[in-house]
Amino acid sequence: MRRHLSTIGLIMLALAILAGTFLVAGGAEFGGTDSAATEAIQASHPAYQPWFHSVFQPKSAEVESGLFALQAALGAGVVGYILGRLRERAKHRASGDA
Amino acid sequence: MHIAEGFLPPLHAAAWTLAAAPFVIHGAREVRRVVRDHPTSRILLGAAGAFTFVLSAIKLPSVTGSSSHPTGTGVGAIIFRPPVMAVLGCIVLVFQALLLAHGGLTTLGANTFSMAIVGPWAGYAAYRLLRKAPFAVAVFVGVAVADLATYVTTATQLALAFPDPTSGFLGAWARFMGIFAVTQVPLAVVEGIVGVLLFRALAAWAGPELADLGVRGFAARTERESSEHEVTHA
Repeated sequence: MRRHLSTIGLIMLALAILAGTFLVAGGAEFGGTDSAATEAIQASHPAYQPWFHSVFQPKSAEVESGLFALQAALGAGVVGYILGRLRERAKHRASGDA
Repeated sequence: MHIAEGFLPPLHAAAWTLAAAPFVIHGAREVRRVVRDHPTSRILLGAAGAFTFVLSAIKLPSVTGSSSHPTGTGVGAIIFRPPVMAVLGCIVLVFQALLLAHGGLTTLGANTFSMAIVGPWAGYAAYRLLRKAPFAVAVFVGVAVADLATYVTTATQLALAFPDPTSGFLGAWARFMGIFAVTQVPLAVVEGIVGVLLFRALAAWAGPELADLGVRGFAARTERESSEHEVTHA
């Protein structure tokens, strides 16, 4: 029981930190840091030209966020499958010993 | 931390690629060794790779009003040691460069160096330095440091490539640190918490694999037995 409580506590803490960032940053737009860095380079070195371009560029922001979601879903699916398998195995072993 | 495609001058891009290559090659050998010597740990290898896959795809908001993503490399570095993460991280970065136009092939070396090499090594070092601390504390700090060190490395790489015309390397470094590292602090803390949660689950369900790999605390029983053995012999 204590274990479950501390698990829930840790999840709440992580969510609270993320929610807190909205309060601290107010009405910011939350653009990506990667593009902020690219903009900083173009501001300080206006003459610099990127000398290579992505071999494949998603056609729109929607397609791009969809591909990011797909990446996260694939990863989360595998992590979830493995944890589920390990959990069932542990339960099986515990009941097998008894 | 993804330096965009074409955004490192050719010389820098080549240098970082050369610097990262030996780590990735050594890491590939390590992956083969781990799979051969610890066949049961393959399932954890999959979990570590998938964890990096998820976390590096999720952009989270931060206090600076920017958003950024965690790296997910710390957990794998603690379970499998850093060389293995050089390979897993590099695979994730190749995927993102080719399919998501995030990062790039010319900047793959630099991005691998920050996310898949410096991050895991820095996190693992912090975790090892805290060997006297409770396991959860060592995991939390190790995972958070792996995340943060990645972004400090990116800021350094960009400052080296684009020193400020007036204030030089340091001025540019301060600016890139402001963009990357400050944003990353709360995200690194969140990733540290998620890392602790993942380790709690693995500790409960994958004890034999973690003991087989010699992860601290799980091999403790055998260590204690052997040290008691030494005492009786002394």
